[in-house]
Amino acid sequence: MSRRRHADENDGGQPHKRRRTSEPVEIEDRLESLICRVGEKSTSSLESNLEGLAGVLEADLPNYKNKILRILCSVARVLPEKLTIYTTLVGLLNARNYNFGGEFVEAMIRQLKETLKSNFFSEAVYLVRFLCDLVNCHVIAAPSVVALFENFVCVTQEDDVPQVRCDWYVYAVLSSLPWVGKELYEKKDVEMDRLLSQIDGYLKRRQKTHVAMLQIWSAEKPHPQEEYLDCLWAQIQKLKKDRWQERHILRPYVAFDSVLCEALQHNLPPFTPPPHSDSAVYPMPHVIFRMFDYTDAPEGPVMPGSHSVERFVIEENLHCIIRTHWKERKTCAAQLLSYPGKSKIPLNYHIVEVIFGELFQLPCPPHVEVMYTTLLIELCKLQPGSLPQVLAQATEMMYMRLDTMNITCVDRLVNWFSHHLSNFQFRWSWDDWADCLTADPEKPKAKFVREVLEKCMRLSYHQRIVDIVPPSFAPLIPANPLFIYKYEDENSSTLPGYNAAITVGNAIKNRASNEEILTLLKDVPNPNHEDDDDEGESFNPLKIDVFLQTLLSLAAKSFSHSFSALAKFHEVLKTLTESDEGKLHILRVVCDVWKNHPQMISVLVDKMIRTQIVDCVAVANWIFSQDMTHEFTRFYVWEILHSTIRKMNKHVQKIQKELEDSKEKLEKQHQKDSGDEEDMEEDSQLEEQIERLQEKVESAQSEQKNLFLVIFQRFIMMLTEHLARCETGGTDLNTPWYKNCIERLQQIFLMHHATIQQYMGTLENLLFTAELDHHILAVYQQFCSLQA
Amino acid sequence: MSSHLNALNSDSYIEISQYRDQHFKGNRYEQEKLLKQSSTLYVGNLSFYTTEEQVYELFSKSGDVKRIIIGLDKIKKTACGFCFVEYYTRGDAENAMRFINGTRLDDRIIRTDWDAGFREGRQYGRGKSGGQVSGAHRRWTCVS
Repeated sequence: MSRRRHADENDGGQPHKRRRTSEPVEIEDRLESLICRVGEKSTSSLESNLEGLAGVLEADLPNYKNKILRILCSVARVLPEKLTIYTTLVGLLNARNYNFGGEFVEAMIRQLKETLKSNFFSEAVYLVRFLCDLVNCHVIAAPSVVALFENFVCVTQEDDVPQVRCDWYVYAVLSSLPWVGKELYEKKDVEMDRLLSQIDGYLKRRQKTHVAMLQIWSAEKPHPQEEYLDCLWAQIQKLKKDRWQERHILRPYVAFDSVLCEALQHNLPPFTPPPHSDSAVYPMPHVIFRMFDYTDAPEGPVMPGSHSVERFVIEENLHCIIRTHWKERKTCAAQLLSYPGKSKIPLNYHIVEVIFGELFQLPCPPHVEVMYTTLLIELCKLQPGSLPQVLAQATEMMYMRLDTMNITCVDRLVNWFSHHLSNFQFRWSWDDWADCLTADPEKPKAKFVREVLEKCMRLSYHQRIVDIVPPSFAPLIPANPLFIYKYEDENSSTLPGYNAAITVGNAIKNRASNEEILTLLKDVPNPNHEDDDDEGESFNPLKIDVFLQTLLSLAAKSFSHSFSALAKFHEVLKTLTESDEGKLHILRVVCDVWKNHPQMISVLVDKMIRTQIVDCVAVANWIFSQDMTHEFTRFYVWEILHSTIRKMNKHVQKIQKELEDSKEKLEKQHQKDSGDEEDMEEDSQLEEQIERLQEKVESAQSEQKNLFLVIFQRFIMMLTEHLARCETGGTDLNTPWYKNCIERLQQIFLMHHATIQQYMGTLENLLFTAELDHHILAVYQQFCSLQA
Repeated sequence: MSSHLNALNSDSYIEISQYRDQHFKGNRYEQEKLLKQSSTLYVGNLSFYTTEEQVYELFSKSGDVKRIIIGLDKIKKTACGFCFVEYYTRGDAENAMRFINGTRLDDRIIRTDWDAGFREGRQYGRGKSGGQVSGAHRRWTCVS
């Protein structure tokens, strides 16, 4: 069927009245669009739109049934915030076409199996919830859902399976009850009571070692940071007490009750949860983030309580909206702000709480951190009269509670707040935070403000920061990021190496080559030796000082200048850092000269790793060295360490991918092989390559394992020393330093958990043994419990 | 498991714009192909005082920055309001387009756009007096 475009092929009628015969692809696109868009802002009511759409789809069933099935299954999976809209639609279709209803249910069950096998557990929850809500639309019979739930809860009786597996099946049941609890209880109350009692038993006996590691605040007040299943259980208990009366969820099917109750229902086919396998990756547990309660919203609608099911549903829906629209910040903000039922709740507070909940989620936020900053800015643009105030209130609250905030979350708060301020001319009521000036500068509030100002400076410049804070804040203002040159002027002429520095400096300015520089450096005496008893090849810290201080001083103007300098004299640097001591010293020098400019230290360390002047282990050792003791609680140091670990991880992944690709190539080649000599030659070349890559992978993994071993070893040493000292001295071990250190140890586990999992055997055998102080061992045990 | 639903796969912030570099060595098709694979961004509407460090700090929020090349006035060789940001991966560049484009750096709303790749010489403004062509808006007003 070709599309007729031209007016002269018109059959005589007016163009806009002529019925265009469209291609199947266009109809399919149109169907997709119609289905995806239903429920959006419209001049007609939702009910009338659903009615209309059901009619259109019914008419298209003969030709486009499979496509419609596929689209509906997809929206069930990826648009959970519109759950009840689509279940109503399916209900209407089922009422008009019983067979279609049956086929849909079967397709959904197939999809559920697939999502579970593919480890898409969030989406699987949405599918289960969808199936449950279909009970309310008379598509599925309540007893068959109860049977499904019974099979789910049976998983808690399985032996030798990870707790997180049982957790998921319990969660799938409990999180569907707000939608369908009432119906299920009306039809099968005895069975449901038994189910809930089994769940209760499971929840009481399950381990909760992981909670401490996942809490954003360690304090119980003002809002306890509850484990997610505990919170949900409390919410369901309350809902049950309220006889399953749930008033928040939008239920379009209620308006169609007279039509839907005439429909015949289907039974869910029996569904056995797929058995546990080693490749299964279940969702990690999490803690519910709460920062607001009904006392915080000054006027207007009251915020539902923390154990009300409304709170659960609202938060779920807001999370789902972000999940759907995160890439489109304007749409995301608009969708959040047009949440149905918003007039009955303090929506801005819910939105801000959900967004910070995601930003602070441990181990990692669901999306890249910068997304949340930009989303909050969009929300401020759309609600300039109300949202900024809620945001300021939230910021103030978080500042007040810094003392018990997990350090990983403090990092994220610093990044968010400084970036946010940079979009609003750094306007803030700093005076309100004057209390941080009188407190111990190592305490969280003072540290927070210092780190925020440091980050603000990176996004602007030093004088700007001086200008934006009150004079009393001067002690917290970051240093002017100027280079510190040891051989600066004639006052330093008595320093060893001064003359050599001048010579080297002139040589560099006269475009000396690497060899020429190395020759010049041969004359620099080694303070570690009485006389030069060797060729001057061994580690000579003075050589490194003289050369690197001078080079970096000449290149201090910008990052590009410094990178150029490192590149130009790569050979010299490689020679000077051949030994491990050399690598350590070069890092020391970089830190000495750029002490006032942590950002420069970070980028130089990054560059030196990438150009293999230093290796990852050297960076780790440097961070834990004596020289860095005073910097140990600075934010930038941990940024460097995590960036270093990430580089190591990416390096391993890259080689692994090369190996996988080569193996695949060989596979394909085997399939095409005709057995002749050319093929054999190609095959053996590939096999050699695979062998080489295999060795490379093993070597890289060994380096990676070693890096983690070094890091953990150093943590253990430092913490053990501190704990021992406090015990013998009788002092309180909970100093700000200790809190920082133990939480930084946790942070290593959290931020790199997937990689560290591989090496758990070694870690347990070598480092995290039972002899360890229980404070330190607890962190390791918390980590193990994340996927246990 | 993608949704296979075109209606839901909207990702408008990473779409390539209408701008095409007139000095590009190659045809339109080749340029578009490079733009769709690129992990380099052009950044415009910078203040003349915006430094490499500031650009690094901001753009590092979407991933590791490989290199920054500050745009220069061809004659004065001073910063003239634009730069290139290269990432190691396309994904990081996409996040910059989604979340850094249209926000502020040094108090100015900056604009980012896909770039086919830095070549020596492209760091110089192409305006008659050495700076950028008639205000930094050329990239967002022309239709090729």
